Amino acid sequence: MSELIQHLINGIATGTIYALVALGYTMVYGVLKLINFAHGDVMMVGVYMGYATAFALGREARSSLWGVLLIFLVAMAGCALLGLIIERFAYRPLREKPRLTALITAIGISFALSYGFQLDIGFLPGAAPRAFPQIIQPVQWFTLGDPEFPDVVLWNWQVLSLLVAVGMMGGLQFLVYRTRFGRAMRAVSHDHRVAALMGIPTDRVIAVTFMLGSALAAGAGLLYAIKDTSVSPMMGLMVGLKAFVAAVIGGIGNVPGAMVGGLLLGLVEEFVVGYAASTWRDAVAFGFLIIVLLVRPGGLFGRVAAEKV
Amino acid sequence: MRRTAPLLLAVLALLAAGCEKKTRQPAVGEEQKGGAEQPVVREAPGEEDTLLLGEVGSLTGAQATFGVSTRNGIELALEEANAAGGVKGKKLAVRVYDDQGKPEEAAQAVTRLITQDKVLLILGEVASSNSIAMAEKAQPAGVPMITPSSTNVEVTQKGDYIFRVCFTDPFQGYVMAKFAADHLKVKKVAILQDNKSAYSMGLSDVFTEKFQGMGGRITTRESYSQGDTDFRAQLTAIKKTRPEAVYVPGYYSDVGVIARQARELGLMVPLLGGDGWDSEKLFELGGSAIQGSYFSNHYSPDSPEPRVRQFIDRYKKAYGGVPDSMGALGYDAARVAIAALERAESLTGPAIRDAIAQTKDFPGVAGTITLDENRNAVKPAVVLQVEEGKTRFVTTVNP
Repeated sequence: MSELIQHLINGIATGTIYALVALGYTMVYGVLKLINFAHGDVMMVGVYMGYATAFALGREARSSLWGVLLIFLVAMAGCALLGLIIERFAYRPLREKPRLTALITAIGISFALSYGFQLDIGFLPGAAPRAFPQIIQPVQWFTLGDPEFPDVVLWNWQVLSLLVAVGMMGGLQFLVYRTRFGRAMRAVSHDHRVAALMGIPTDRVIAVTFMLGSALAAGAGLLYAIKDTSVSPMMGLMVGLKAFVAAVIGGIGNVPGAMVGGLLLGLVEEFVVGYAASTWRDAVAFGFLIIVLLVRPGGLFGRVAAEKV
Repeated sequence: MRRTAPLLLAVLALLAAGCEKKTRQPAVGEEQKGGAEQPVVREAPGEEDTLLLGEVGSLTGAQATFGVSTRNGIELALEEANAAGGVKGKKLAVRVYDDQGKPEEAAQAVTRLITQDKVLLILGEVASSNSIAMAEKAQPAGVPMITPSSTNVEVTQKGDYIFRVCFTDPFQGYVMAKFAADHLKVKKVAILQDNKSAYSMGLSDVFTEKFQGMGGRITTRESYSQGDTDFRAQLTAIKKTRPEAVYVPGYYSDVGVIARQARELGLMVPLLGGDGWDSEKLFELGGSAIQGSYFSNHYSPDSPEPRVRQFIDRYKKAYGGVPDSMGALGYDAARVAIAALERAESLTGPAIRDAIAQTKDFPGVAGTITLDENRNAVKPAVVLQVEEGKTRFVTTVNP
């Protein structure tokens, strides 16, 4: 029983990160019908920006509250800018071209980022994995069972990560459904030509959507780096792929769907490894996707949700 | 688009430049990051007066320190040989290709060394999966190959042109099983293995067999895949079985993270491992979590033997930093190769092969090397304990 609780803690921690990254896929798909395969790699770039900021701050400052906020701010702002640039120079010129062209461009950008960052020239970090500094001083908040082999351990940063993730999701939900800009976004997602006729600046809406998605990815990336400590240029590929699966499971284009899909996938993976064989993890994750698509081709929330983002 | 694509790349580069510059500066143990020099070609002038050797290694990629250390060791041996007049009156040179730690790249590099550069013999790799891929190319071409540090049995089984100057996994697995049973006196050990690596799976099998033979019990065998960063599910399952130690025969790039997450979940027992742990990156990735754990290795930098001290001094002078066992074995492999070239009746594949096979009581820095009829070196192993930023010699286990 207590082991189950530990697995739940682990699974939710992984799931929230999938969910946050999945939100970026889903938002971009919502407005552009484009699967932005470079999304995971934008996350990776965000992590390295955070890493650089953490070292610039030094050992003392980076674990203070303001230091952590600054790290998040720099990474998220930097990634927003990166998202803006990618959208402006890679996707916008292809807006009226067949969708496949943009998709292949996205894959190209993904590879350019993940392999480019493996170079060791100038500012590029090189391929070797690095340890992300502990920006949150770990404190055990809760243990269960005998002290030598505690059954359940809960750390402060696990709770903080969850709160940050929920906060980001809540903020996004508010933005999309309660603000003027959110209404514009939803309009663009319904039909961007008609939205343009109604006076909505579609280019700007799409650009801002990209910036938001990328900033969320950077936030998710930092939570991931805090959790798993090892960062490398290839980290974005697998997380990106898993988050994409999560977005499709939830119903791509749907905000709550992405969150539920992410959490579900994180938990499924954790339980497969914990109770069955660890070798099956990826097979089950992708098999789960196939089953969901067989039963509900639109994803879990794909049909019931009338509004897409 | 045709015009904007280069522009986009330029802008991306600039952006990253702005944000990433600081990455290079402080960081613990950062200076040592030998990640990614370009493939180096070191040739003495005058083609006919030069004997060209080939080398393949992971100079970049997740296990970059393996390739870089090995290359340093080989270079050092060649410099010494050249300073002493070379081999048969000719200078030695080595051509190095990077395989990024990938078997398919390693195989390609070997083909290139053989067909294009026409090298006399090939040195490499560290990871067994890569060495196996290389051996499959070198053997049919009749070009002798010496792997400095691949321990999986299968490598030298690829044919009579393939040699190694280190011990094999059955021995290494035995060493840790014996150490766990006799020295640590533990009865229950769990295993966390890397199911993508021939090296890790081989060690795990041998350890299981030997440890059970000594009356121990394997509580569970869990797996991960190289490059994973979340091992909590496996570790939670391991914790449930209440082992007294966990055997993690993986590479340093994963082991550091595993150690951190084990401690985080309250699994405080020592971790045990093999020579794949040997890299100074382990200290950075594992932090304080890896301290107190043990691994079997080819040599200890603490060894008082004069030839080891001398090697370490030279290595430090040339590259800064204490050589890990990949550096020591690279040095040994190159010296065995050089001695064989000197002995060989002619510089043809079969003659060089026969000369290497005759290697006997060769004084290497990582133990005395005698090649047996299976072209493996038979020599003792050491067990090291991880301390803060360094390792400490614990014991030697003889074959």
